[in-house]
Amino acid sequence: MKIEQDHGRFRQIVRGRIKDNLKRYVTQADMLVPKGRDVVTVPIPQINLPRFRFSARRQGGVGQGEGEPGQPIGQDPQQGDGQQQAGNAPGEHAIEVDVSLAEMAAILGEALELPNIEPRGRKNLKSKHDKYTGISKAGPDSLRHFKRTFKRALRRQIMSGSYDGGAPVVVPTSEDRRFRAPRVVESPQNNAVILYLMDVSGSMGDEQKEIVRIESFWIDTWLRSQYKGLDTRFVIHDVVAREVDRETFFHVRESGGTAISSAYKLTAELLESEYPSDQWNVYVFHFSDGDNWSVDDTKECLALLQQRLLSRVNLFAYGQVASPYGSGQFIKDLRQGLRADNLITSAIESRDGIYDSIKQFLGKGM
Amino acid sequence: MPKLEPPLPARLEEARREIEAIARGCGLDAFPTVFSVLDYKQMNQVAAYGGFPTRYPHWRFGMEYDRLSKSYSFGMHRIYEMVVNNDPCYAYLLESNADVINKLVMAHVYGHSDFFKNNLWFAETNRRMIDEMANHGTRIRRHVDRFGLETVETFVDTCLSVENLIDPHAQFFRRDRPVEDEGDAKAMTEPSRLPGKSYMEPYLNPPEFLEQQKERLAEMQRREKGFPAHPQKDVLRFVLEHAPLEQWQQDVLACVRDEAYYFVPQRQTKIMNEGWATYWHSRIMTESVLEAEDLIDYAEVHSGTLATAPGQINPYKIGVELYRDIKDRWDRGAHGLEYETCDDPERRRRWNTGAKKGTEKLFEVRRLHSDITFIESFMTEDFCTEQKLYTYEFNPRTGQYEIASRDWRLVKEKLVASLTNFGEPEIYVVEGNYQNRGELYLKHRFTGTELRHDHAVDTLRNLCVLWRRPVRLETVIDGKLRLLGHDGREFREQALERSDYEI
Repeated sequence: MKIEQDHGRFRQIVRGRIKDNLKRYVTQADMLVPKGRDVVTVPIPQINLPRFRFSARRQGGVGQGEGEPGQPIGQDPQQGDGQQQAGNAPGEHAIEVDVSLAEMAAILGEALELPNIEPRGRKNLKSKHDKYTGISKAGPDSLRHFKRTFKRALRRQIMSGSYDGGAPVVVPTSEDRRFRAPRVVESPQNNAVILYLMDVSGSMGDEQKEIVRIESFWIDTWLRSQYKGLDTRFVIHDVVAREVDRETFFHVRESGGTAISSAYKLTAELLESEYPSDQWNVYVFHFSDGDNWSVDDTKECLALLQQRLLSRVNLFAYGQVASPYGSGQFIKDLRQGLRADNLITSAIESRDGIYDSIKQFLGKGM
Repeated sequence: MPKLEPPLPARLEEARREIEAIARGCGLDAFPTVFSVLDYKQMNQVAAYGGFPTRYPHWRFGMEYDRLSKSYSFGMHRIYEMVVNNDPCYAYLLESNADVINKLVMAHVYGHSDFFKNNLWFAETNRRMIDEMANHGTRIRRHVDRFGLETVETFVDTCLSVENLIDPHAQFFRRDRPVEDEGDAKAMTEPSRLPGKSYMEPYLNPPEFLEQQKERLAEMQRREKGFPAHPQKDVLRFVLEHAPLEQWQQDVLACVRDEAYYFVPQRQTKIMNEGWATYWHSRIMTESVLEAEDLIDYAEVHSGTLATAPGQINPYKIGVELYRDIKDRWDRGAHGLEYETCDDPERRRRWNTGAKKGTEKLFEVRRLHSDITFIESFMTEDFCTEQKLYTYEFNPRTGQYEIASRDWRLVKEKLVASLTNFGEPEIYVVEGNYQNRGELYLKHRFTGTELRHDHAVDTLRNLCVLWRRPVRLETVIDGKLRLLGHDGREFREQALERSDYEI
């Protein structure tokens, strides 16, 4: 359709991919959609080409309805059509942003120029599932195929001459019944598991954890768009490591020292027992401020990586979040001590660094 | 879009014939109207193109489509109908409409079609606009093939940025008027004297007066030689005729200007046009077509079109109520001096001379008026009270918009002001050779509201792209006269002592 070309072009402009000169006229008007008791906001991007137009500030206007002079009628009645900048007050309505995760992943992928991931060939598993595309003569009533059944009956009646076009009554008998039947369909399936490891020692502050949270959300979104079955596991560690659920992972605050090897050991055990490497695509993301307990522990980490981890994973990503307390030594040790294609390190200085860091992690399409 | 519209399904065609006949019986005089049924995707697409499926490629149609399809999929609104001012008139029905809704839409469309054909403001519009738009599409596509999408689209963006600098009345001007006799103008260098005896000379032709006249004539002459001779509101035309554009650019600008003018009457008569169509669909449906079982469906859609939200007026609602009020008043003879000066509310309410001129008056109004004169002439105090109209203003103390007044004069004033020049600033070309350096000098006729500054700067830059020389704009900022200027690279702004140009 012709509109798709124009629509595609518009979306590219909005995402800033083409026509830089128009970028600054993009505004986000929100459409408010009632959903149950809440209101959901749907962003409607608009590009307003510059024109000689009135500055819309506080012009007032004419309305219709009940109310005494002095009665408020809302924030800005004229804002509906997206002619102005969004209001500066957050307002009580905005609850969700409606972009589906798939769409978000697409935007992310496009923005970061992320390559699609090619799953390792031998890890392809065939999965079997039923699809109701067949027809059979026997089956439960709940699966009866009405149209087919009546067709059969009609055919039989016409053949036997008992069909009267003037009074078209079709009565199916039990031989006429047809039922939907399952067929087994095989489709390739790629399984992937993501392990998130986070250092929760005393030196990781709220800001550091927030950065980890945001970054892992985006990584999660992207990988989910690439794999059908995706497992996520969460491991936190200070001097000891333990597996936790998602909720805990993002909210826990521990204190104490740091022994990264504990987490790597737990990870290795998990992988060996639950995720055989010929069936799973494995991603490990480890976030820390890089302030490891001792040189010996770091040595142990390197050994663990080399012997038990790197051979089992598609990607081992280490993100080091800058913190005011940490020495940030670990990333240097990793970079010096190990060289492997599937080990990627990234230093995240602040929230602004998240963008680049994601790109470093996922930019190779591994 | 198929070029040949598939015929309507039989039951709809039957309904169409019925409604067309009823509409004609009511006195509506519509263009022949071609209906086609679209699914919602096609509907959104055609609507995004403003009713013309064959327009040139441009992202803003995609933007409109994006908005329409999002609001459709979230159930915020759907387009039931769309109608194109053309002869024959084209109208689109939504596939998923219930039959009764499609009947409503048809009745509504015949109202629009009658309005297009008979309202005087539409007299000059191109009635073959479907073809014209397709031609524009072909022309611009050809330029795209030659110069590339990026180049042409960017130029279209530039043109659209000045698209509103047109004169809504220009389509009624006759350009081929013969030039007045030049001899007269030349002879007028000396002011004419009244003949009389020589001793009466100082009294009949006082020297100061002669001097004044001389100056006035000189001023007029200076102006006649001016470029343009008179301030021109059709800035686009001026640019089109005098800017050093390449041929393809001229062609694109001409297309954009034609299309802008085509839509002018629809913008001038939004309230009247929608009100008229609503008035007739409600009459045709409730008086002739509606079956008892469809009443609820009809009422739901009908009331949906007339819904109002705080701080906004709904053109359908205001329009239809005004027509009903006119019909009622002229049926009762409730107009004219005697009625106006009567202040006994009870007598006014019961006023009835048995005139029965309502319908006749309605048709006269739909022929002669545009929104501004419609409101100006027929919005009365009683009407404002009954319709609960109010003005609202921003209250800086509470940071909110509040109802300001229910005084009908203020309501009317504000409404008319918002309709004047479609609520857009009036910009004139006053000088095409400013400072004898080929610069373009524009003047904003200040009516109390200032221009949005950042957009004004960028628009000036875009005008430079077209004019290829610096462009200036005289306007008012913070209550003071200012001269904005752009030379294509840099923006400059300076104070202005006084204005040299009158408009």
